[in-house]
Amino acid sequence: MKVEWYVSLIQAAIVINLVMATFAYLTLAERKVMGRMQLRYGPNRAGPKGLLQPIADLVKLLHKESFYPTAAIDRLYLFAPFLAAFTALTTFSVIPFGPGWEIAGIYIPGQVADVDIALILVFAIGSVGVYGFIIGGWASDSKYALLGSMRTCAQLVSYEVSLALSVLGVVLMAGSLSLTEIVAAQEGPVWYAVPQFVGLVIFLFAGTAETARAPFDLPEAEQELVAGYHTEYGGMRFGLFTMSEYINLITLSGLCVTLFFGGWHGPGWDGPSWLGPLWFLLKLLILLYVFIWMRTTLPRLRYDQLMRFGWKVLLPIATLNAIVTAVLVVWL
Amino acid sequence: MAVLPSTRIYEGTRIPSPVPTILEVDPDKYPLEDILTINFGPNHPSTHGVLRLIVDLNGETVAGIRAVIGYLHTGFEKNMESKTWWKSVTYAPRVDYVAFQSNELVYVLAIEKLLGIEIPRRATWARMALTELNRIHSHLIWLGTSALELGAISLLWYTFDDRDEILDLFEMAAGARMHTRYFQVGGLAEDLPPAFAAETRKFLPRMLKSIDDYESLLDRNKIWLERTKGIGLLSADDALALAQSGPMLRSSGVNWDLRKTMPYLAYDEVEFDVPVYPNGDVYDRYKVHLDEMRESVRIVEQCLVRIDEMQGEPWIADDRKVVLPPRHELHTSMESLIHHFKIVTEGYVVPEGEVYVVIESPRGESGCYLVSDGGPRPWRVKFRAPSFAALQATATTVQGCLVADLVAIAGSLDPVMGDADR
Repeated sequence: MKVEWYVSLIQAAIVINLVMATFAYLTLAERKVMGRMQLRYGPNRAGPKGLLQPIADLVKLLHKESFYPTAAIDRLYLFAPFLAAFTALTTFSVIPFGPGWEIAGIYIPGQVADVDIALILVFAIGSVGVYGFIIGGWASDSKYALLGSMRTCAQLVSYEVSLALSVLGVVLMAGSLSLTEIVAAQEGPVWYAVPQFVGLVIFLFAGTAETARAPFDLPEAEQELVAGYHTEYGGMRFGLFTMSEYINLITLSGLCVTLFFGGWHGPGWDGPSWLGPLWFLLKLLILLYVFIWMRTTLPRLRYDQLMRFGWKVLLPIATLNAIVTAVLVVWL
Repeated sequence: MAVLPSTRIYEGTRIPSPVPTILEVDPDKYPLEDILTINFGPNHPSTHGVLRLIVDLNGETVAGIRAVIGYLHTGFEKNMESKTWWKSVTYAPRVDYVAFQSNELVYVLAIEKLLGIEIPRRATWARMALTELNRIHSHLIWLGTSALELGAISLLWYTFDDRDEILDLFEMAAGARMHTRYFQVGGLAEDLPPAFAAETRKFLPRMLKSIDDYESLLDRNKIWLERTKGIGLLSADDALALAQSGPMLRSSGVNWDLRKTMPYLAYDEVEFDVPVYPNGDVYDRYKVHLDEMRESVRIVEQCLVRIDEMQGEPWIADDRKVVLPPRHELHTSMESLIHHFKIVTEGYVVPEGEVYVVIESPRGESGCYLVSDGGPRPWRVKFRAPSFAALQATATTVQGCLVADLVAIAGSLDPVMGDADR
């Protein structure tokens, strides 16, 4: 069905703002949940129950003087956070959150852009986003930032391979790289989480490493590298980096829901079509909660352990999973 | 001194240089142009105060290290020499601000040894109970911050929750939560409040359960085990050569605890075991700390029984030349008024002589060397700081480790910079 250009434009504006709102309240939710898990309250001063905290944070970041090191390489230093934030925001556009609706004769699709090679696009844009972290760390001319961006680079490159291989099983089963079709193939009681359980586990591990969340948060291990690649950033530039990290996490969770948990499908029962986005959001929130939970629970891995785990454990299992799936798909 | 026949991971000495805090980069092993020198501290988010480590990195590997101390030098010892004996007690707990009660104890014990006065039984047992509670407090902080350095952020809050309970007990006994100045020359500043024993009894089982919780949280976590086992190795010989003491020594397989080997207070009358582990890595240091907390709980329990038995006994020595007379006597007794005036204005005098007293503080051998010229002020005060000694093991323990291990190892040495710099 043809999608009018203005529909896409409006949709893009709405989705970007929704993603940003989710990011803002994800930071609050993370601090609240972590607080509860750690015998404390979390933020509860700004607004009722601390609900205005993200806005207070934003105002604070915007008001901060954005000075930067004199030795920094100006253009790259300024460019890096924008690159990171831009790629993070772009990726969400291909993730389907509903079945598509027809209102007053105008067709509204379930995602901003339905691309045939959506999955490849997600990984490609994600890889471009890595440049933001590397350039940012390198251009700020600080040893901690340099170490941080080196770690980021190595970690993201290593785990990207496993991440891509882990979804190969899903692609083979659905027979498509389009996220819409992968979701459509999961209509019915069994989502891909069951036949592709190994793939799901690898995806979660590699995804945690991709988004540099605990226990794989080495790039910004506070006790070792102060803040990693964004050590020398302050004010809203730092805010953009943080935003891109959290939005990457949201996108990754969205991708996981799409690939393994049936996207916007309900559990066995879809209900009216407006329930689609709500099902999607519910699953997304559960996944995000798991990521926060992991952060409060697990210690951090060491650099060599991380590399060993990525290349010697995840990668062989992911490859094996892809091969076995391929064989089964062909022979059954 | 019994050295455990052990399943040691390695044998022989690893002490790298005549200066134990300096590890020079070996140019044969690491090409010098690949070395990146970075500054860990004194202003760094790893949680061990103002310890500065100048680290030469080859990639992620630590090739060389220089430990720099002195950023928290406050001149406590010199300050104490300008105060009367009576007032200088206030400084002692501030030296090692995590093991405040131990430092107070060692200073008070040293003065008492110079004076040669006997202190009442009740005071002895109360001192033991509080010092052991302080040991738990200190180990809790160690555990929380060490786990934090390895990225297990939640444990810090759990340990600080328990620590708060201990501070409540201190507040109950002394009125202050830290730096209590509760131990006086001659005994205690005040009698223990009647409810102290009951409240402490309520706390102890909870503490035991907490220790079990910490152990199950960490010991069953594969990442924790991988991060701590075989890291920061220190053999028994090296530990002895580097003047290590306390948990550092006992985790290297040397059975040496001053509470057993040179008992002070009434440690020869209580039952407790000394945990010793053979491997000398970060994991064993963690196990020693956990087990010592359990033993401390045992000791406190026994102390409480004795404190209950001694209800109503005096808590401070009846020596008017040293101890302030009771308030009510000031209105009726001329001599008491004179004594009070003399002690508060001039201070009591301590006979000429010198003395060295050691106790087992949570960090190891905490010593106090005192010289008196017979006047109302100490002529020389010197603390033997266990943190300072522990830092001598930096270069030996970090050889060939990674940056991430460096933080874990520096934490496992348990340095309190106030103690090391004084």
